[in-house]
Amino acid sequence: MLLIPCPWCGPRDEIEFRYGGQAHVDYPADPDTLTDEEWADYLFMRDNPKGEFAERWFHTAGCRRWFNAVRSTVTYGFRATYPPFTEPPS
Amino acid sequence: MRRLPTGGTWIDRSRPVRFTFDGTTHEGFPGDTLASALWGSGVVGGFRSPILGRPRGVMTDGPEEPNAFVAVFEPWVDLIAPATTVPLVDGLVAASRPGVADLADAPAERPVARHVHRHVETLVVGGGHAGVTAATEAATRGDRVLLVDEHHVPVEDTPSRQDVTVLVDATALGVYDDGYVVVHERPAGRIWHVRAARVILATGALERPVALAGNDLPGVVLSSAAAHAVERYGVLPGERAVVFATNDWGIAAAGVLGEAGVEITTVDARQGDLVVTARGGDRVRDVEVVRSDGRRDVLEADLLAVSGGWNPNLTLWRALGGGLRYDDERACFVPDGDGPAWLSTVGAAAGAVPPSASVWSVEEGDDAEKYVDLQRDQTVADVRGALDRGLRSVEHVKRATYIGTAIDQGRTGGVVVAEIVNALLGDAPGAQGPTNARPPAVPVTYAALAGPFRGDLLDPVRTTPIHDWHLERGAAFEDVGQWKRPWFFPRDGEPMEEAVARECLAVRNSGGAMDASTLGKIEVVGPDAGAFLDRMYTNRMSNLAIGAIRYGLMLGLDGMVLDDGVAMRLAEARYLVTTTTSGAAMVLDRFEEWLQTEWPELRVSCTSVTEQWAVVAVNGPRAREVVVAAGTDVDLTPEAFPFMTFRDGIVAGVPARLARVSFSGELAYELHVAGWHGLHVWEALMAAGAPLGLEPYGTGAMHVLRAEKGYVIVGQDTDGTVTPHDLGMDWIVNPGKGDFVGRRSLTRADTIRPDRKQLVALLPDDPEALLPEGAQLVIEDTGAIPMPMAGHVTSSYRSPALGRTFALAMLESGHGMHGRTVFAPLPEGTIAATVAGPVLYDPEGARRDG
Repeated sequence: MLLIPCPWCGPRDEIEFRYGGQAHVDYPADPDTLTDEEWADYLFMRDNPKGEFAERWFHTAGCRRWFNAVRSTVTYGFRATYPPFTEPPS
Repeated sequence: MRRLPTGGTWIDRSRPVRFTFDGTTHEGFPGDTLASALWGSGVVGGFRSPILGRPRGVMTDGPEEPNAFVAVFEPWVDLIAPATTVPLVDGLVAASRPGVADLADAPAERPVARHVHRHVETLVVGGGHAGVTAATEAATRGDRVLLVDEHHVPVEDTPSRQDVTVLVDATALGVYDDGYVVVHERPAGRIWHVRAARVILATGALERPVALAGNDLPGVVLSSAAAHAVERYGVLPGERAVVFATNDWGIAAAGVLGEAGVEITTVDARQGDLVVTARGGDRVRDVEVVRSDGRRDVLEADLLAVSGGWNPNLTLWRALGGGLRYDDERACFVPDGDGPAWLSTVGAAAGAVPPSASVWSVEEGDDAEKYVDLQRDQTVADVRGALDRGLRSVEHVKRATYIGTAIDQGRTGGVVVAEIVNALLGDAPGAQGPTNARPPAVPVTYAALAGPFRGDLLDPVRTTPIHDWHLERGAAFEDVGQWKRPWFFPRDGEPMEEAVARECLAVRNSGGAMDASTLGKIEVVGPDAGAFLDRMYTNRMSNLAIGAIRYGLMLGLDGMVLDDGVAMRLAEARYLVTTTTSGAAMVLDRFEEWLQTEWPELRVSCTSVTEQWAVVAVNGPRAREVVVAAGTDVDLTPEAFPFMTFRDGIVAGVPARLARVSFSGELAYELHVAGWHGLHVWEALMAAGAPLGLEPYGTGAMHVLRAEKGYVIVGQDTDGTVTPHDLGMDWIVNPGKGDFVGRRSLTRADTIRPDRKQLVALLPDDPEALLPEGAQLVIEDTGAIPMPMAGHVTSSYRSPALGRTFALAMLESGHGMHGRTVFAPLPEGTIAATVAGPVLYDPEGARRDG
């Protein structure tokens, strides 16, 4: 079970969180202007890197706040967590 | 085999204990394992292999034991355990088992295992010299330390400090991410959930056997087991022994045995000497040795102690993805790579084992008698057979032969098998390693893992404020998520079908009251609440008048129906939205997700108020009279209080919100009152309504009543692949109001296909025939299998109002199929049914105002 560093609550067991998939996939400003293919790309297509991945987490059973994280898909280790609408720390 | 008059550092000779094994009573000492006590009592074999039924005896002194399995009946119950891990206690009753538990032994009740949680800086797994040293260092540094050791005797020389906890007879079942370790403490039946900043694996090394003909005979043991017999338990494991070793530790065991009085012949593989065969019947009788110069001896022996080398015990390390490297000099796999920063190995586990000759199997003799997995009765011949069939990977050999899949997980023979595969394939030693290891490291019962979280504690049970009344009335309950909802209220042992029919008729003919408190309720508050709800629901909520109610559908981004409910506008900047009973948490999560991650500029906050409100739905043509009889200051005339509006007022003397919504099609009032008033209002309505024919009804009748009206239940009639259009609910989709979640998906090529499955009603040609929910539908009943499937039944009931059975179904192009016949081919015969529009009862909606 991962120990997840919630930016607001500190380290907590993974069981308190919900995974939210890839971060920085913004809702399109005007979905009507997108082709079916572009909309499907937004809906369904996500990166699947080996290595660092920016992803969203929701502290469901804690502060109930969303945050972003940079985590390695190889070691599962968190490098950083950071608030929504901010860039991942380098 | 016999007990020596003195010696045995683990046993307490001052207190002999009696135990029973396979019906015979023996004596032993505290500190013995059942296995050592059997040896001390002269029992050499006593066990059978599971597949071939061959005689077997104790081979090891630990959980790696492949032969000696027992069921324990007193003073605790364990359906199967290695005798080498069962601590001897007075009155122990055990019976041999051939490596397979007999479930007939299972007790009706299992003691409840406690689960405890512990945070430490340092967790040390293994209480040998390396583990104790590591624990002492950590404690000196000021760490909180937990040391766990699988043996049942106290770990010696541990620092006794407040911050040091030592668990014996405890096994780390698994090491997981970020220092999370699950430990099973056997005697107490406790599961420890440990989070450690550092985990040190001092798990030692496991001795391995050599594949030679006859190596499964009782009396063929690992050298460590023979030495431990003398040193730990004061037991002489044989009178005349051959010690066959590839390494110094094995040779040292010969010294221990010799000193205890065993007549020893040593065969040192490093000098080219080999034991090639062990012979005997129920135990080993003689051993054939070939010396490096070709000399051949047959030695009489009642014990063959084998040491084929030492494998660092890395089960936990490997389960976490830790790497291995083959060490030629030691002929074993040692930890490789860094692994996670918090995890380390020390001592023998880290590779501090003696150099060893690479002897995995001896060439001479019948391969079918050289056992590599004793618990699966698999031999070198079986490995060879798997390779002959074209397999090349040890993982495939494992799956073809089941080697390594028994209770002992092939702990003694795993590396031997890998090296035999390497040798047979002509590859270098270490080319392939042992098969993957996964937790649990040793078997553990489900009862232990479940701990107290079973029965009533398996999952939280949620009950409404009116629950006790339902209980008293003898309601049958239905689980909806975690909620207990009254399903129906049987009268005088009435079966469900009759109770549901009676409750349906009460609602249609006079009145019924349902406890709807489980409805999800969320207050959405803030200046942008209306704009926010416009984006979450398919229709417009921002223009809802204060005091008005609107039904809403919520879609996923993919355009599929997720949930439904109503929105009530309580004030300019305050809405109450309801959700399905089981969808409440999901809907609140979604609201918060969108607010926090996409639209933080919206000034909206959401609060779950599900538990704050008790809700009673009064339905039926006499609903108005019932509420009036219970006492209210609200004008209930349809003109003053129209459909889809609510009023705040008093009912039965307490503040209430009355909402005119109906899930039955009848005149209905949903009464929302503070939770603590729920039971009072319910009882007041029941008392006032009794003379008017009011009856309580449950979810059973509710389902029938709503289906007669074609009202879907999200999650029953929908399955995450259904659009509003599929449900015939285009009327609630307002694409002109601006964007909402899921809107763009409603015009995707797939969502506008005309042949999608669409909601219809089905009327079986035989009005008594009840279609099973889930039944597949075909357009033509050709009888030829397979038939193209055109849809499926989602809801199916007997309708007292219609006087017949009916169903709801999702049917391909269903909207255009009204009047056509479809078929449900079933094992007990085909049911033909006519397709109809989904609203079968009161299609004009004439009844909703009473």
